[in-house]
Amino acid sequence: MTTRPRYREESSFKIHGGCGLMGICDESGELMSGEDAILAMAVQHDRGNGLGGGFAGYGIYPEFADHFCFHMMYHDLRAKEETEAYFDQHFLLDLAEPMPTRPVKGITDAPLLWRYFMQPYPNKLEESEMSGEDYVVRAVMSINASIDGAFVASSGKNMGAFKGVGYPEEIGHYFRLEEYEGHTWTGHNRFPTNTPGWWGGAHPFALLDWTIVHNGEISSYGINSRYLEQFGYKCTLGTDTEVAAYLFDLLLRRHKLPLSLACKALASPLWDEIDRMPKDEQDVMRSLRAVYGPGMLNGPFAIVLGFNGGMVALNDRIKLRPLVAARKGTKIMVASEESAIRAVMAEPDLVWTPKAGEPVIARVKGMDWPIHGDLHLPPSEISCAVTGTEQSCDSVEVNA
Amino acid sequence: MAQTKYKTEPIEGYLHVAPEVRVEGDITVINSNAVYYKELNEVIREVVAGGAKHLRIENVNGQRYIGTGLAGKDVKIEVHGTAGNDMTMFMDGPTIEVFGNAQDGVGNTMNAGRVIVHGDAGDVLGYGMRGGRVYIKGDVGYRVGIHMKAYESLVPIMVVGGKARDFFGEYMAGGMLVLLGMNTQFAEQPLVGSFLGSGMHGGTIYIRGTVESWQCGKEVGIAEANEADMAELTPVLADYCEAQGMDLEEVLAEPFIKLTPFSHRPYGKLYAPM
Repeated sequence: MTTRPRYREESSFKIHGGCGLMGICDESGELMSGEDAILAMAVQHDRGNGLGGGFAGYGIYPEFADHFCFHMMYHDLRAKEETEAYFDQHFLLDLAEPMPTRPVKGITDAPLLWRYFMQPYPNKLEESEMSGEDYVVRAVMSINASIDGAFVASSGKNMGAFKGVGYPEEIGHYFRLEEYEGHTWTGHNRFPTNTPGWWGGAHPFALLDWTIVHNGEISSYGINSRYLEQFGYKCTLGTDTEVAAYLFDLLLRRHKLPLSLACKALASPLWDEIDRMPKDEQDVMRSLRAVYGPGMLNGPFAIVLGFNGGMVALNDRIKLRPLVAARKGTKIMVASEESAIRAVMAEPDLVWTPKAGEPVIARVKGMDWPIHGDLHLPPSEISCAVTGTEQSCDSVEVNA
Repeated sequence: MAQTKYKTEPIEGYLHVAPEVRVEGDITVINSNAVYYKELNEVIREVVAGGAKHLRIENVNGQRYIGTGLAGKDVKIEVHGTAGNDMTMFMDGPTIEVFGNAQDGVGNTMNAGRVIVHGDAGDVLGYGMRGGRVYIKGDVGYRVGIHMKAYESLVPIMVVGGKARDFFGEYMAGGMLVLLGMNTQFAEQPLVGSFLGSGMHGGTIYIRGTVESWQCGKEVGIAEANEADMAELTPVLADYCEAQGMDLEEVLAEPFIKLTPFSHRPYGKLYAPM
C-alpha cells in the first residue's frame, strides 16, 4: 500500500465492533423507488455504527441502458483529472456529471462524487481483443490500483452503487435515492471490524453490474486475493468483501459456472457432507473444491449479490450470520432481521430462514439471466459445466 | 413505520419518543409502533414497577431486549408483532407470549419465567439459558439451546414444535430440549440438521421421530425414550400443548428418542492428563 498514500491516510481509523443488509427484487420487473431499501436499513440502524452505509439499484438508468455507468469517488481534483484523462483515452463519453446529492447532517468529508455514462471506443475495444465487459474490468482495476485517490464505486449498465461513511439512511438521503426507480435494490449498514471505515470501503462492492453487500468476515481474504490476482483482479479497496464481488465475476461471467455451482464453490459443503452424497455428486463436489479451493470463502458471511436480472442471497455453510427471506406476490426480499422485511412488506406470503449455503434467488422476468445454465442443475449437468463441455451435456459422462 | 419529515430529514426506522400507553380493563396497552427499543423498554419497566401485571405491547417490529432483566413471577406480557433480538435475556419470572415470530437470541441466559412464541424463532435461542421455559410453535434456526445449563431445581426447558437446523443443543450442559417437527414450513427437509448435541455434556434432548447417527455430535448417545423418560416428558408436552393449543394425544402418537451425553466432562483430561 506504500504506493497509495491516500489509502494509508484513511486507514489509520479503526473501530471494532456486526453489519446489517437487505435486498429486494420485484420479479415482475416493476420499479420501486429507493425508499423501501432505505427504510429496511433504517430499521436495522443499530447493526452498524455510522462508519459505512450504501445501496445498489438496478434498472435506474433506463435512458442510458446500453452505457457502462461509472460511479466515481475522488479524493481531490488531481485524481479526477487523471481519471478523466484515462476515460478520454479509452471510452466514448456521453455524459459526465456530479452525483446529485443533498446536504445531510452527519455526512461529512465526502469525496468528489461523479458519474460517467460511457461506451468503450470501438477501435480500442477491437484492438484490445477483449469483450466490452473485460475491457471495463481492466479499466476499473487500472484506476483503482494506479490513480491515487480515485476509486470506482460501480461500473455496470443501468445500475449504480451509492455508498459512503455514515448510517445507511443518511447515505440514502444524501444520494437522493427516493428519486431513482429500480426493480432490484440492495442495502448495507456497516460496522467495520477489520478494515477502516472510509468512503471506498463502504458496501456494496461492485464490478460491472455485480454488487455485493456482506455481513461477516472473510478470513480467507489473503488466499482469495492472491488467487484473484492470477486472473487480473487487483484488490485495492482494503475491505475483505471486495474479493466476493470479483469471485462472482470470475466464476459466473468468465468461467460460466451455473449459479448453484458457484455458490457451492464459495460456500462448499463440508467434507463429511460430501462423503454422504451420491457418487456422481461427490465427484463434482470434490473436483469443485480442488479447482476452486483458493476461491472458497472461509469465515462467517451473509451476502447479497445483485446484478441486472435479479439477486442472490447466500450464507456461509454453517450459518454464522443472520439472514431472513420473504416473498409477497412477485417481490422477494432478504434482510438480516425479519423486522426490516416487515417494515416495507406488510403481511408477506411467506417468511423463512434460508438454509446455510443454499442461495435464495430472485430473477426478474423477461430480463436476460446473465448466469450460465439454469437455476438448479442436476449433478450430471453440473459436471458438464465443471469440465467445460456444456455443449454436449446429455451424453457426457462424469469424469471430473 | 415512521416516514415523517422524509423530504428534509433521513427516513427513520424508529423514533426516540415514548410509546403511547393506555389502560383497557386490567391490561396496560403499549403502542410500540416505530418506537426505539430504549424508550419502549423504559416504559415497560416503568409500568411493571408501577404494579401493572398484564401488559399488551402492540405493533412490535424488531425492538430488541423486550423483557430483558425483567423480574416478577406474576407479570404477563403479550407481544404482538415480530419480537426483536435478545427478547427475555436474563429474564427472571415473567411470562411473555409472542403473537408473531421472534428474531434471534430469545431467552439468552434467561433465569426463570415462560416464553411462548406462536410462530417461528431465529438462531441462538436459549443461549446459556439456566431456568424457565421457552415454547416455540414453529421452526427455529441454528444453534438453538446452545449451552443450556441446569443447577439443582433450576432446570431450563425448551420445546420446539417445528424443525431445527444445525447445532441444536450444542455444548448443552443441562436442562431439557424437545423437538417435535410438527408445525413446519419445511416439510421436505430433515427434522434437524447436523452437529446435533455437538459438545453436549449434560441435559437431555427428546426428539419426536428419529435422527441418523451422523447428524449427532460424537459425545451423544441415542436411545428410544423409555417409560420413565416419557413420564418425565409427558407433563412438559401437556403444558406445551395447552400453551400452543395443540392436541397432546397427537403429539404422543409418534415415538420419541432421547439423546444424552456419554460423559459430563468429555474434555476434562484434554489439558491435564490424569
